[in-house]
Amino acid sequence: MRVRISDDALAVACGADAVAARFAALGHEVVRVSSWGMHWLEPLVEIDGRGYGPVAASDVEAILDGRGKQLAIGVVADHPFIAAQTRLTFARAGKTQPLSLDDYAATGGWVGLERAHDLGAAAIVAEVTASGLRGRGGAGFPAGIKWNTVRLAPGERKYIVCNADEGDSGTFADRMVMEGDPFMLIEGMAIAGLAVGASKGFVYIRSEYPHAIRKMEAAVRLAAPLIAPFEVEIRVGAGAYVCGEETSLLNSLEGKRGEVRAKPPLPAHEGLFGCPTVINNVLTLAAVPFVLAQGAQAYADYGMGRSRGTMPVQLAGNVKYGGLFETAFGITLGELVEKIGGGTDSGRPVRAVQVGGPLGAYFPPALFDTPFDYEAFAAVDGLIGHGGITVFDDSVDMAKQARFAFDFCAAESCGKCTPCRIGAVRGRETLDKVIAGESAASNLELVADLCETMKFGSLCALGGFTPYPVMSAITHFPEDFGPRTQEAAA
Amino acid sequence: MADLYHILAAHDGREGPLLPILHDVQAAFGHVSEEAIRAIALHLNLSRAEVSGVVSFYHDFRRTPDPRTAIKLCRAESCQARGSEALAAEAERSAGSRVRVETVYCLGLCSVGPNAMIGEDLHARLDGAKVAALIGAM
Repeated sequence: MRVRISDDALAVACGADAVAARFAALGHEVVRVSSWGMHWLEPLVEIDGRGYGPVAASDVEAILDGRGKQLAIGVVADHPFIAAQTRLTFARAGKTQPLSLDDYAATGGWVGLERAHDLGAAAIVAEVTASGLRGRGGAGFPAGIKWNTVRLAPGERKYIVCNADEGDSGTFADRMVMEGDPFMLIEGMAIAGLAVGASKGFVYIRSEYPHAIRKMEAAVRLAAPLIAPFEVEIRVGAGAYVCGEETSLLNSLEGKRGEVRAKPPLPAHEGLFGCPTVINNVLTLAAVPFVLAQGAQAYADYGMGRSRGTMPVQLAGNVKYGGLFETAFGITLGELVEKIGGGTDSGRPVRAVQVGGPLGAYFPPALFDTPFDYEAFAAVDGLIGHGGITVFDDSVDMAKQARFAFDFCAAESCGKCTPCRIGAVRGRETLDKVIAGESAASNLELVADLCETMKFGSLCALGGFTPYPVMSAITHFPEDFGPRTQEAAA
Repeated sequence: MADLYHILAAHDGREGPLLPILHDVQAAFGHVSEEAIRAIALHLNLSRAEVSGVVSFYHDFRRTPDPRTAIKLCRAESCQARGSEALAAEAERSAGSRVRVETVYCLGLCSVGPNAMIGEDLHARLDGAKVAALIGAM
């Protein structure tokens, strides 16, 4: 029998290797595929299209004997979690072997790159611009405009840099692309190379992702003849969160301290080694093969307002049905958390969700009608960032979470600018006083003032966005900053 | 230090070779020593201060050896939401002076936490007993 089991790091962490070994030991052919992204079911076993999960090695015999009914989920592709999605970037998820060039070519791989060769630089950029694709790393800057700046920038040498320093807690879509569909990312980079006249690309992957690093290195070797003369090299980070910021990442690639650079000059004009550089997130580059293969309009047909296409949303934290949910922009936060995610895993009420990683705002259920869209989130003082949603139940202490945001910023600050370097430490100290009940009202005022300075005075999003989790916690959950309300009452 | 010169030679001609070199040195020797910093600086025509500055900037690089094996426990928001803070205390108790418990901010398995990594082996859906067993087996 042919058994399909994911070799994604998450499936492996949940015990997929032992399950695969058990099937193999019993004489069955095991095919290691990418993950469908239904993480609560991992390790997921697929036999003739029907799924079982989560499977332990000790369940294998029961499944083979037809006694595995309590683990059966029916036809995997028809599962409501999958059927409700619009999978453009994750179209191959669960279906192909990540390092099989045959699988990739058989599922529409390299079609976008072929078309890009026919179109030429200006027309590729026009296509990406028309698709409405915006940077998926968090800032949401239109990809086509960035590419055009690099295309028109004078210079013999230009670079494509893929930001795979996915450090935000609650996000794993970049990791899933690299481990599940690495050729798609490489194809996207090669298309970007043609668009701007770059012949070299770097993928900067965080060191906390050893599985993704190995997959990407293998994929780059396999794909090299197909993308030549364009070359891709894998580089490994060294545990600095701030290197997810684009200019810090460029410094790190150059072998320097990962300190943020002041802008201007933009990386598009003076990026890696001073050369014009396209720096895009994994998901941005991974969306490009679809745009080129199916045409800009096919991508732009999805979404709402100025947020076109799809967003691979990541449901994480204390959530019942966690995993990857790719959907057109416009779905509400509440639908994602309550309907798709099924509420909390602990079974307790949802109290808060943090959207967009450690620098994203905390939302109370009262704001669950907010549509998933760059502008709609900005209007309620939040950000969608990289599309991660971390769910917390009612046991969460929001004062502690606000303090953690400062703590994290203090630990990860690159030290280049004062608002971030000093502000995070002072903010933590001041919140400690609030938590201890020391002049809470005046200290919270001080925190708000400090956040204002950090937001507008920091060089990059680390110091600039740390106020989001802090101020949203204070605004939406004032009862957790207790002494303040007591004082106000007095 | 023969290995060090092999490492340096292996990266000749690479653009921006310092981080790849430091990763290899750390993997080979377990830390980046003063002697290694001196040799790297000389080889890349950098000052020792420049190389030291890079080593100290990144959490992954160690200046001094530590013979203990390490477990990296994720304590970022998604794992916090699933109970990592209670786990951290349990891990410290089990580790004693034999195992080093390191904090890592996110392993990208945010829907199945709390998570940990030992070497390159990932472990998900941890609870106190599982962490104690993992550390006991190290």
